[in-house]
Amino acid sequence: MSSNKENFVVPGRYKQWTYGLLAVGVLSLIIGYILYGGEDHGTRFWAALLQNSVYFLLVVNAAMFFFTATTLAMGGWPLVFRRVTEAISASVIPIGIITFVILMCLVFGGHDAIYIWINKDVVAHDEILNGKKGFLNPTFFTVYTVLTIGLWTLLGWKMRQLSRSIDNTPLTIEEGRRYIFTNTVWAAIYIVWFALTVASVVPWLWLMSINAHWFSTMYSWYTFASTFVAGMALISLFVIYFKNQGYLPFVNKEHLHDLGKFQFAFSIFWTYLWFDQFMLIWYANISEETIYYKTRFEGAYMGLFYLNLVINFLAPLLIFMSRGSKRNYATVTFMSVLLLFGHWLDFYQMVFAGPYPNHVPMNLFDFGIAAGFVGLIMWQTGRVFSKFPILAKNHPFLKESIIHHT
Amino acid sequence: MSVKKFVVGIFTDEQVLFPAVKKVRSAGYKIHDVYTPMPIHGLDDALGLRQTSLHTAGFIYGITGTTTALSGIGWIFNSDWPQNFGGKSHFDLPAWIPITFELTVLFSAVGMVLTFCYLCQIAPFVRKHHFNLRATDDQFTMVIECTEKSNESEISAFLASVGAVGINTQIAETGWWLGRYDSELPPLGQKGLI
Repeated sequence: MSSNKENFVVPGRYKQWTYGLLAVGVLSLIIGYILYGGEDHGTRFWAALLQNSVYFLLVVNAAMFFFTATTLAMGGWPLVFRRVTEAISASVIPIGIITFVILMCLVFGGHDAIYIWINKDVVAHDEILNGKKGFLNPTFFTVYTVLTIGLWTLLGWKMRQLSRSIDNTPLTIEEGRRYIFTNTVWAAIYIVWFALTVASVVPWLWLMSINAHWFSTMYSWYTFASTFVAGMALISLFVIYFKNQGYLPFVNKEHLHDLGKFQFAFSIFWTYLWFDQFMLIWYANISEETIYYKTRFEGAYMGLFYLNLVINFLAPLLIFMSRGSKRNYATVTFMSVLLLFGHWLDFYQMVFAGPYPNHVPMNLFDFGIAAGFVGLIMWQTGRVFSKFPILAKNHPFLKESIIHHT
Repeated sequence: MSVKKFVVGIFTDEQVLFPAVKKVRSAGYKIHDVYTPMPIHGLDDALGLRQTSLHTAGFIYGITGTTTALSGIGWIFNSDWPQNFGGKSHFDLPAWIPITFELTVLFSAVGMVLTFCYLCQIAPFVRKHHFNLRATDDQFTMVIECTEKSNESEISAFLASVGAVGINTQIAETGWWLGRYDSELPPLGQKGLI
């Protein structure tokens, strides 16, 4: 093991990019508030914040999901870049706080153009919303949001803590077994909470309630698949970047191949859910269900709708199908950027077609806010990654990961 | 196919097999194949085998399935027997996707299984020479072909030096032939192994 590359030192260019993107984000926030904060209750402004914060929160949280899912499956292969996933998942803390503030502003700031169910007068005269009152109300929303972000932070912190706790203590075989078991228990607790949040209630509350009259049982899985693909893309990008800088000596094309496979497989899974949700509604042709697709499939969002399918399904299907492309650093980098952007667009149409059914209000402001979140993720990931050794060197499965062969 | 002469080396440890494969290859002997009870990661690389083109075949079968489904359904619902389903258009692509998907999977799966059987030369009522029956149980079997440049005793000595626990010589047919495993002996007879 080379001694000088055991800890990550944040390079100057990385810092410049981080602060540059953060500055763009803050500037966009200020300009956006001046331009859009006043008109129609600031809907345009708040919808952009909602879309970006929820998207990036779920994406960085997907890194922790990947980490715990592989722990539960006794998967040894990601160990050589495990610290990268840990560092990315640490971004759940700042983005979680930001998301929480935005959601609270939306619910208690009376933004009923986005969340119609917070308007008591409307709910009282609306039979459907009245029926959903037990679920869609500010109290439940707040309690569940606090629990969600709080437990993600806490359990994620616990998982990272467990990983770091053995950095200076080589384990015997017996201790190693016990260590793996402890990891499994905490990972299982995290996965259960993940199932109760991302895989069910949270997308209903945060995103689906924008179209409060409509519902789809596929929605949460669809959101999960979307963010998991993007999460794997983010992990791949960081792994490739750190590898390029000369860190992560044991990462090779075998690991890259598996990261590519995850992106490929979950892109197909995303399409499967996307199509299931769409086709059942399209085929049944019941007006209260098709309302959701009216604006997206034939209205103003038609272009986005098909672009979404091309970027998130056709591109990975055709480009990632062959073995060689998944083992090529350039192709994986390109596809990761494309998929991160593609699923950002997916979230865009999920959020904006609610308050703006007749036109797509996308402009530089949305990209500026997104740049700010990217900067935030870069800042937190680089900071956390530089604080700890880049290799979990006492983990019992490390050798399995080093000699990994697909 | 043809009848050839082989030297068979038997190994009991994966840790011995890997360096042995490397040494045998660098010594210039021609490895016919290595038979193992379970898949061993990295052995194909160590043997220097080229990537299989089975996936390319699978892709072509899949595309064939997609084309069959789309053209079949398209023809049935548009020209052969157009029907009115709840006022939907005759060319309603979303409704066809499930069938298209299924035929794609079916064609590629069946096609790949048959191609795989052909490549490995396994099929019902067809048999092949087995160099070591315990290759499906607990032994790793390396088969080296005798060419005009190498002689049998030299290969045997070399195999012993790289750690083979059992060595024997077999003259065997390399391809498949019609026949059953339970009724008749292979034409050249199977030598007893350890």
